[in-house]
Amino acid sequence: MAETVERAIVRRRDGITVIDMPSNIDIRSEAALDTAYSEVSPKGAILLNFSGTEYINSSGIALIVGLLARARKQSRPVGAYGLSDHYREIFEVTRLADFMGLYGDEQAAIAGKR
Amino acid sequence: MTWARSLRRVVGLGTPTAKDVDVQRAAATARRQATERPPIDIAPNDPLLAYLAQSRGAVSLDELELDSAAVQSLRARGSRLIVPLISQGELIGLLELGPRLSDQEYSREDRRLLDKLAGQAAPAVRVAQLVREQEVEVRARERLEQEMRVAQLIQQQFLPKRVPELAGWQIAAFYRAAREVGGDFYDFIELPNRQVALVIGDVTGHGVPAALVMATTRSILRSDAPRLVSPAAVLARANELLHGDIPPNMFVTCLYAVLEPATGKLVYANAGHDLPYVRGNHGVRELRATGMPLGLMADMTYEEKETILDAGEGLLLHSDGIAEAHDPDRVMFGFPRMRDLVGRVEAGQPLIDELLNDLGRFTGAAWEQEDDITLVTLVRSAGVPEVRVLDEFELPSVSGNERQAMERVATTIREVDLSGRRLERLKTAVAEATMNAIEHGNQARAELPVRLEVSTRNGQVVVRITDLGGGRDIPEATTPDLEAKLAGLQKPRGWGLFLIKNMVDDVRVTSDERHHTVELVMQLGGGNDGRDR
Repeated sequence: MAETVERAIVRRRDGITVIDMPSNIDIRSEAALDTAYSEVSPKGAILLNFSGTEYINSSGIALIVGLLARARKQSRPVGAYGLSDHYREIFEVTRLADFMGLYGDEQAAIAGKR
Repeated sequence: MTWARSLRRVVGLGTPTAKDVDVQRAAATARRQATERPPIDIAPNDPLLAYLAQSRGAVSLDELELDSAAVQSLRARGSRLIVPLISQGELIGLLELGPRLSDQEYSREDRRLLDKLAGQAAPAVRVAQLVREQEVEVRARERLEQEMRVAQLIQQQFLPKRVPELAGWQIAAFYRAAREVGGDFYDFIELPNRQVALVIGDVTGHGVPAALVMATTRSILRSDAPRLVSPAAVLARANELLHGDIPPNMFVTCLYAVLEPATGKLVYANAGHDLPYVRGNHGVRELRATGMPLGLMADMTYEEKETILDAGEGLLLHSDGIAEAHDPDRVMFGFPRMRDLVGRVEAGQPLIDELLNDLGRFTGAAWEQEDDITLVTLVRSAGVPEVRVLDEFELPSVSGNERQAMERVATTIREVDLSGRRLERLKTAVAEATMNAIEHGNQARAELPVRLEVSTRNGQVVVRITDLGGGRDIPEATTPDLEAKLAGLQKPRGWGLFLIKNMVDDVRVTSDERHHTVELVMQLGGGNDGRDR
């Protein structure tokens, strides 16, 4: 397995912050997600793009929970898209889905968070 | 009994009288002057014994006209007079006297004195003899009992403490030593690929020698079994090692079989041991394979055969302790009676119980067990789950290796009927459980392996993940409080066990002193694929 730490890329689309999540989200993604969150614009909705994500484990879930907690503290809505059926199920089982809107693709997500 | 010794015994008995004082003086002189002589052996059929038993007192050897070797020996060493020691009508010894110190002949008065002396000495000598006989007997008995204890200890040490647990099989074993412990043994040896070796044997003889040879044989079999597997090869090797190493008059009979529990295949070889019985679905059959007992001759080869134990069929391995037991009329229990029982009673514990009951009825209550009794029986449950191991591997406890485990299990599972979504769930559970094993069980110490086994059984796929974190309490999987975590009241972590529990159909956790094992179970085929399991 590649030991390089994957980055999370922050970009904006239609005035909304999008974080392209790493392909692996586990304990080693902590710094990448911290950095990404520090780069997001100070307000407005945040979209998490999981299209390129292949693997999320329980440590990854914890990082997403942490990220969601920070956003909620700032009263910023969070949405997610691009999750595989399996991880969509995990977001439901963990009830993350109750606290962030899940969308099929970026277009739908942007429309939803606008 | 020599003269001097007999006198020593008599001196000091009772209150001394004038005559006793004479005796004491004589004894003192005798002790000073007479050299102690070795006792002579008198053959039981020597006519002297019959003569003395009839005589009434001292007998002069010069006057004896007997064709007796004893008389000749006595004369040859200068004896003049012998006085029989009679106790309760039984000749128990004699006083033997050389020439008088004065060189005069023994007078009538001397003889009277000697007769009286003999009359007093005889009971004391008899008591001394009895005490000595008893001492010898006690010592012999103690030695024998000590030896039996040692033999029993060796035997107990080397017999299995429990029978193996094999899914779909019931195994039972019975061993009871005879009073004089024989050399029976049995064993179960775990082999690679989930095979199990079944061993039963009997060393000739009893006691410590038999127990030691038994222990040696067991060790040889145990050390060679996993490497060789083939029963014929294991027995040939054991024969080679035992031959020349055990006393020439000893040998070991041994039946060695390898069972593949998943299929019921039994491969066996026999070194002259009693034939095992199979309680088949279509009657009783014997498992025959030729071979000489172990340790008798060098360079032996052993026939290897195989059979299948189908569902519902059973097997009995036995030593000759039952078949060669006798009833009060010395009639032998016999193999036909045993075979008949195997046909009538279900194998497993019921067969052991019935064999012992029947033996009890046959021999009667007063029977003392003649030889060790050893019984090993197994029965394959009807319609048992067939366990098929698809993959087994180990990984070093390095964080990140859970991905490797997950991918390898996923590849292995391609050949079974597990749908896409459920396969993904299992993959997540495998990764989480492996991560726990690496980080918690093995404390991320790379040198400690995490062991994974993927198998199918009874329409399920089972992934077993074992670490070396046994002997610790395992936390229960609880539902994390997401609200509290989002509000910053709890740490965001703690999803592992929850995920595992929610991803698979069943989770079984077991641990012992050393190991901790998580079993992840998924139903194959028609399992519920929905989200609300």
